[in-house]
Amino acid sequence: MKRRALALLSGGLDSSLAVKLVQEQGIDVKALHFYTGFCITEFKRRTGQTKDDGTPYTNPALKAAAQLGVPIEIVDISEEYYDIVINPKFGYGKNVNPCVDCRIMMLKKAKEIMEREGYDFIVTGEVLYQRPMSQTPERLKLIEKEAGLEGLILRPLSAKVLPPTIPEKEGWVDRSKLLGIKGRSRKVQIELAKKFGLEYEQPAGGCCYLTDETYATRFREAYATEGMITRDDLVLFAVGRHFRLPSGTKLIVARNEGEVNFLKGFKNRYGYAYRADKPGTFALIKGNPAEEELQLIADIIARYSKREPSQVVIKLPDRELKLIGTPPSEELLDRMKIYAKKEVKHGS
Amino acid sequence: MEAKDIKADVVHDVTGTFCPVPVSETAKQIKEMKIGQVLELIADDPGVVEDIPAWCKATGQEFLGMYEEDGEYHLFVKKTKELK
Repeated sequence: MKRRALALLSGGLDSSLAVKLVQEQGIDVKALHFYTGFCITEFKRRTGQTKDDGTPYTNPALKAAAQLGVPIEIVDISEEYYDIVINPKFGYGKNVNPCVDCRIMMLKKAKEIMEREGYDFIVTGEVLYQRPMSQTPERLKLIEKEAGLEGLILRPLSAKVLPPTIPEKEGWVDRSKLLGIKGRSRKVQIELAKKFGLEYEQPAGGCCYLTDETYATRFREAYATEGMITRDDLVLFAVGRHFRLPSGTKLIVARNEGEVNFLKGFKNRYGYAYRADKPGTFALIKGNPAEEELQLIADIIARYSKREPSQVVIKLPDRELKLIGTPPSEELLDRMKIYAKKEVKHGS
Repeated sequence: MEAKDIKADVVHDVTGTFCPVPVSETAKQIKEMKIGQVLELIADDPGVVEDIPAWCKATGQEFLGMYEEDGEYHLFVKKTKELK
């Protein structure tokens, strides 16, 4: 009897290889790709960013599935995802990445689909010790247990250094043909990709902006200052330059035309300001600015609209006003700016 | 045949949505359709140009072609088998 597996496919090299390894053993595979709402590719497309050659960013999972010849289903978990980002049972990684809760959520969904559609087990591209937070033996075991999938998650890249799973014990797959990779090095995977003739996206992983330092800085700052985080906030932390004015009001200033259009989508929910005499930037005003801050808002708009005196329109829920803004000092701006004061890195 | 001349049985507009929504919407439509029917997907996310053909290849559907007009992409997918 042909056994059937569901594979979690991000489109990176590891998950692609995991699929390939079980396919080689005659397993019928369907791929699942999860949409969390925190995907960098999606965000880049929304704000009109393209690759250096001008082509749009593509979804690596679809490319990988096409290459592997496996059907793929996109599973939208963005609605429920908010809860684990705000309140993860197992905490955050280095930034605001709830990797353990995230894995559990994805695997629970996979289990539902497995049971509904009659699949036998789950395949993932996890590699033991590759990620410090979610890929220790204890964590892998905990994740399995929480998802209700004990013994049913096969990790072909690290199978030989993990306890045998049901698919191995039952002989559905041959354990001796699986791998025993450990740690962060990707040497074995890169060689295997060559052997199988697999093309893959470089760098792998890093598609989730919850692992971004600046994002995490804004998340924590907002929580500390405002005491809560809304769904809008979770999107807005990834966009533009963020400033906290002395009154506690936040100003989110677009960095390019794509962001201008993106932020304009929030116009009916927040106050906003923009340059009126010439093309320039656009900013959302979240909160109630103090009277003396209105000039500051106009000045910031001027700074990010060609850095010259500008006519600025400020629209607040109860009124609209026109001011002349003059670029303020960089020092003043830097004091109010919310960002990670180090280089931004990806990875959990 | 030019993509513009393709007659679709179902037209689905997903403009305003971005990766991966156009793809999951395509899957939803194809699931409901009969084998042999053609879907016209209208999207403004430029990524669909690569994503939809890749999805067709992965799931064994036939990608018939596409054209762009005023920043909107019209993509034609023929359902050739049931989705797994």
